[in-house]
Amino acid sequence: MHRRTLLAGALTAPAAAAVTGCTNGGSAADGSRGGRTTITYALWDQLQVAGTKKVIEAFEAEHPDIAVEIHVTPFSSYWTTLKTAMRGGSAPDVFWMNAVNLQLYAAGGVLQPLDEFIERDGFDMGVHPDELLRMYTYKGTRYAMPKDFDTIGLWYNKELFDKKGIEYPDESWTWDTVRDAAAELTDRRRGVHGIAAEMSKQYTYYNTIAQAGGYVIRDGRSGFGDPRTIEGLRFWTDLIDKGHSPSQSAMTDTRGRQLYLSEKVAMNYDLSSMASQMYAAPAIKDHGSVAVLPKGRERATTIHGLAAAISGKSRNTEAAWKFARFLGSRKAALIQAEAGVTISSYRGTQDAWVKSMPEFDLQVFIDMLDYAVPYPSSKRTAVWENLQPQLLGRPFSGKGGIEDASRTLARQMDLALEQEK
Amino acid sequence: MAVFPSTAAKAHADRRPSSARQREGSSRPKRRSQRSAYLFIAPIALGFLVFYIWPLLQTFWFSFTSFGVFGGSSWVGGENYSRVVSDVTVGQALGNTLLYMGMGLLTLPVAIVLAELMNRKGLRGVPVYRALYFLPFITMPAAVGLVWNWLYNGDFGMVNQALSWIGIDGRYWVSDPSTAVYAIGAVMIWSHVGYYLIIFTAGIKAIPRDYYEAAQIDGAGPVRRFFRITLPLLSPSIFFASVICVINSLQQFDLIFVMMSPENPALGETQSIVTLFFKWAFDENAQGPAAALAFLLMLLIAALTYLQFRFQKRWVHYA
Repeated sequence: MHRRTLLAGALTAPAAAAVTGCTNGGSAADGSRGGRTTITYALWDQLQVAGTKKVIEAFEAEHPDIAVEIHVTPFSSYWTTLKTAMRGGSAPDVFWMNAVNLQLYAAGGVLQPLDEFIERDGFDMGVHPDELLRMYTYKGTRYAMPKDFDTIGLWYNKELFDKKGIEYPDESWTWDTVRDAAAELTDRRRGVHGIAAEMSKQYTYYNTIAQAGGYVIRDGRSGFGDPRTIEGLRFWTDLIDKGHSPSQSAMTDTRGRQLYLSEKVAMNYDLSSMASQMYAAPAIKDHGSVAVLPKGRERATTIHGLAAAISGKSRNTEAAWKFARFLGSRKAALIQAEAGVTISSYRGTQDAWVKSMPEFDLQVFIDMLDYAVPYPSSKRTAVWENLQPQLLGRPFSGKGGIEDASRTLARQMDLALEQEK
Repeated sequence: MAVFPSTAAKAHADRRPSSARQREGSSRPKRRSQRSAYLFIAPIALGFLVFYIWPLLQTFWFSFTSFGVFGGSSWVGGENYSRVVSDVTVGQALGNTLLYMGMGLLTLPVAIVLAELMNRKGLRGVPVYRALYFLPFITMPAAVGLVWNWLYNGDFGMVNQALSWIGIDGRYWVSDPSTAVYAIGAVMIWSHVGYYLIIFTAGIKAIPRDYYEAAQIDGAGPVRRFFRITLPLLSPSIFFASVICVINSLQQFDLIFVMMSPENPALGETQSIVTLFFKWAFDENAQGPAAALAFLLMLLIAALTYLQFRFQKRWVHYA
């Protein structure tokens, strides 16, 4: 029985890929349908489909000879599907890429290098944040066109702060201010915790690791053995040990974001792109707001963004490049910003997004660009990312010290990095 | 499995001298019936070859290669196996898997006692009970896992609610590293007990009533009758059940996969060999080591099954 279900799962994944693969291959083989070249664009976020359709409309108006078809695959199967399609030679022409996977794909030789196109057209990549550009560069070659970005901010609940008579977070806040506020805001009788110290790389500890002056990965070596990195982790586990945050065990059952939305935690480190979801919750629209991340030894926030990559096997590379170039342009950025889901990465196009939710001080997410740290990655990021919850889980649920766990993680991560080579 | 004996029989038949064949009057109808026999087993034999034997051979081959993420593979010899042996997570997963097996085997005594109780004379509504116990077994593991996650939820779950009535403080059952593996084990037992119950009920029904009557006349009480008559005569069923149970629980995957979210702090404490295999093969693009791991698991299962068959003579009584 167990074998059968596993087998069924293993069989359906390639089957699903084959199905999408066929449709892709079909349209690519058509090449020019009625004198138009059809290219495919793969993405995973259903929330962004509406905005993307508007971008495509604008693109097709400029390029009447090119048609763009959207293929949406849910994130849970996106990468498996893409990998299988790549092997079968039926990958989409243009597709979403993230930091976790860029190096894997670039090293695998399945992405179209963009340098020659960028230079030929004189496209100024400098309009996008430098951290994003570096994220999508592998061995000195650029492989994807940034389209949006995310930073992390300190979301807080004004009502819970007012109840305890504490001033709202601002630029003056440091780690100590957070710790003191978390203690004061914790109200056991009401079941309210000061903060959600969730074991969540991008939202929580990657930020504090950088703020403490530590690092996750540098020159192909793990940073988890570094005392400053451990300090960044301990910031969170201390909050759990003191009872100012629910433990990770509790937050597996009910995520930190849920706790914030239901006003059970006063502070939560979370993504900029969650703003629209926060805005949709009436209580948070009234009581919620956001501030820059408090300062540790340094200021830092994690930046990540999506980019559009072109398949190395595309038969319409020229059309695909034109579309990717458009996705990285000011025009597309403005359309995307108005859709209100993500922050466009093109410099100076974020105003529409910031103004779309006036109750929140969304400008902080753009201000933090000055000291944003790129989301750490290597060729096989998933391998050592999977190690983290496994080894940090105990300390984050109040069992066992963070220092030993982090050092063990460093050793195992180094082994994994060794195997990458 | 039936493929092999019949192929051997065919080979044997072909080797006979033709004169001998001619002398036998029944030879032609026999061959015709043989042909139709092959025809009948062809679908299952074909399925077995295509979906079991071929993947098995391929897995064995893959376990000696390194896979390019985007196609292509190269021979690496025993490297994958040495990675499996040296990886600490494999040791932990193996420990967990054996723990699942132990908990899985606990299902058997529970099912035997239930089967015995249900065979009591004068008990009403037996079919209803049997259906109730069997229902979890035919429910999708994914659904079972989801529902149990709600029941186990530390803040709003019914398990903790019920415990609070008797004054016990609950915990975060599936996300507490010290309880998660047992929480999953309990669901495993719950969802499989009905299956073994059916096997044991049938086994008990097959025991002649005369034995019990004779024992009763000799003055044996119910407990004694259970241990001296029911258990020994049920041993063939118990043997079958334990073989199946060991195989199933060593391949524990779906419940863990559904119940443990990626940020669960008890992930390492609950990971089984098969969930580790899945992670390596589909998440981390390490198909080669994953194939080696799967192959070693198959050897482990084969060895344990062999041992069970080997030692059955000591305790299984075929009446």
